[in-house]
Amino acid sequence: MFNRFANPNRFLRLSRPLVPVMAWATVLLMAAGLYMTFFTAPADYQQGQSVRIMYVHVPSAWMGLFCYVGMAVAAAVGLIWRHSLADLVAKATAPIGAAFTFLSLVTGSLWGKPMWGTYWVWDARLTSMLVLLFLYLGYMALQNAFDDPERGFKASAILVLVGVINVPIIKFSVDWWNTLHQPASVIKAGGPSIHPSMLWPLLVMSLAFTTYYVWVLLLRVHAEIAASKIRALRMRQASA
Amino acid sequence: MTIFAGEGLVCIRGERTVFAGLDFALGPGGALVLVGPNGSGKSSLLRLMAGLLRPAAGALTWGGAAVAEDPEGHNGRLHYVGHLDAVKPVLSVTENLLFWARLRGQGAAAPDRVAAALATLGIGHLADLPGRFLSAGQKRRVNLARILAAPADLWLLDEPTTALDRASIAVLEGAIAAHRAGGGRVVVSTHADIALDGAAALDLADFTLRPEQVFAGIAGTGAEAEP
Amino acid sequence: MRGFLAIVRRDLSLAVRQGMDSVMVVMFFVLACVLFPFGVGPEPNVLARIAAGVIWVAALLAAMLSLERLFQTDYEDGSLELLTLSPLALEVVVLAKIVAHWLTTGLPLIVASPLLAVLMNLDAAGYPYMVLALALGTPSLSLIGGVGAALILGSRRGGVLLSLLVLPLYIPVLIFGVSAVDAAIGGFEAKAQFLVLGGILLAALPLCPWAGAAALRQATE
Repeated sequence: MFNRFANPNRFLRLSRPLVPVMAWATVLLMAAGLYMTFFTAPADYQQGQSVRIMYVHVPSAWMGLFCYVGMAVAAAVGLIWRHSLADLVAKATAPIGAAFTFLSLVTGSLWGKPMWGTYWVWDARLTSMLVLLFLYLGYMALQNAFDDPERGFKASAILVLVGVINVPIIKFSVDWWNTLHQPASVIKAGGPSIHPSMLWPLLVMSLAFTTYYVWVLLLRVHAEIAASKIRALRMRQASA
Repeated sequence: MTIFAGEGLVCIRGERTVFAGLDFALGPGGALVLVGPNGSGKSSLLRLMAGLLRPAAGALTWGGAAVAEDPEGHNGRLHYVGHLDAVKPVLSVTENLLFWARLRGQGAAAPDRVAAALATLGIGHLADLPGRFLSAGQKRRVNLARILAAPADLWLLDEPTTALDRASIAVLEGAIAAHRAGGGRVVVSTHADIALDGAAALDLADFTLRPEQVFAGIAGTGAEAEP
Repeated sequence: MRGFLAIVRRDLSLAVRQGMDSVMVVMFFVLACVLFPFGVGPEPNVLARIAAGVIWVAALLAAMLSLERLFQTDYEDGSLELLTLSPLALEVVVLAKIVAHWLTTGLPLIVASPLLAVLMNLDAAGYPYMVLALALGTPSLSLIGGVGAALILGSRRGGVLLSLLVLPLYIPVLIFGVSAVDAAIGGFEAKAQFLVLGGILLAALPLCPWAGAAALRQATE
């Protein structure tokens, strides 16, 4: 145990075969989900065809939150047990989560155009997602702000733990602020009365997004391990 | 007799193993001089002993109890002098030292102790001068006065002779001798000569891994994973 | 406790002698508010409508200005290592430094806020609520900001990075701080807002020094 990256061997061995599995699962699930979105899911009697944006918007919003919580868990594992792989997972998750969050903002705004007649309304859900995006951006900026990658891992791990405590508080205050200023939210995704013909495409798309996340995560972690090997070889050159 | 000891210490900085398998033991009145080339980990070992760094493997013990269990207690029995002198430019020398003495629980006696420490190091005349007027050597002596002003068992001195002239080094040697005579212990890293009677020398080069060993793990990772 | 007070006293005397930090913060606070009438026009009712929000946003930015230096000078001259090695728990050290920060920035902001309320044509009924909301909110700003200030030590781009880290976390304080004042002016009960502001402060009081201490430990490593 003379260096921190002594243990990725087993991880690499176990995870390499998973990459094509996740890739295929993503392709198949995404195809099925999109088919259901466009052909089996009903159009809304009020919103018409534009309701189909929901099948991308809602899963990406879920993934945006899920990735942030996942990052916090990985960061905690990295801080407490000093597990190098957990640090890499947290780092690799951030851009994926930020992309999901961004996607949910873009689709939300596209969905808002026919509903509200404008691309942006300070709707509670959208506002919360916007703040979440800033939390991601802050995390990534801090991660990359140090010359020593080790410092970046530790500092950003503390930040994401502070952030994850704040997420529910921010959510609560934004909801509260929103009801104060504009009572009704147009987007009513989910809810107890959702019809199965809408639930299935939503679930399949969510699953597709999850497998996509795992797939890209594995690729990114492999790339990070390769990068740390390159750094090690450079240092070997320097000290030889 | 309480012994300050380290066993099987491994220090990793960044992704580089600085030293590995390092043992030491230091009893009351003992002195340890750290020698070795640049980058061999003298400063890292001192920071590790202070608790600023955590060892990647191995343990530090004080009288058999793990230091990591009680970091504040360990802080209370050590003084650390690093590369920077921590002298605030807008506070006078006395104010600078009083703050550190009070932080270590010196109450009413603090002003006297600070004055005595300044006198010992021959900078009593600087007492009311703001820190910004001090030369590098004077700042270093203020920093050394800091460790005299509040008693602590273990002194960890990282290149304490930097910026000091011969006469000041002699004063420092005297202070260390008095500290050890009172049962205190000291660890010094140094390039310059500093005379410490009966000090044990620890050559960090003995624990530095050869480049092949340092990077064996990482390189092995690649070789093993890519068939 | 003696160590805690020693740190607070030292930071206060440093702030007084290095001078002007508090004055600059208040000047920034006033100037930032004064820009708004130029931006939105001087109509009294428009200004009154946005007064609480503008004062809060300006206070928040002003409090953040001085945060970067909170640990930076100690980090650069080696004092931070010695503070880390003091027999005090590092959490107490962090709390003491944050208290000193609040006394030198948060408190002057509160004192200056009625003046701005006049300039921004805030309804006079809102003054005491404004002061009370700032008194409950600014300590939280210092606490949360302290964690950010500890995290950016030794990074390549300090100040801008700090605002990116800290501002999103300030949003809840901003929302409830502004709403407390607006509710009071509108003649509504503002108790809920004050309770939430107090709750945020109570939660930040133990959590932020703890996170800040963790950040300092890895910064001095």
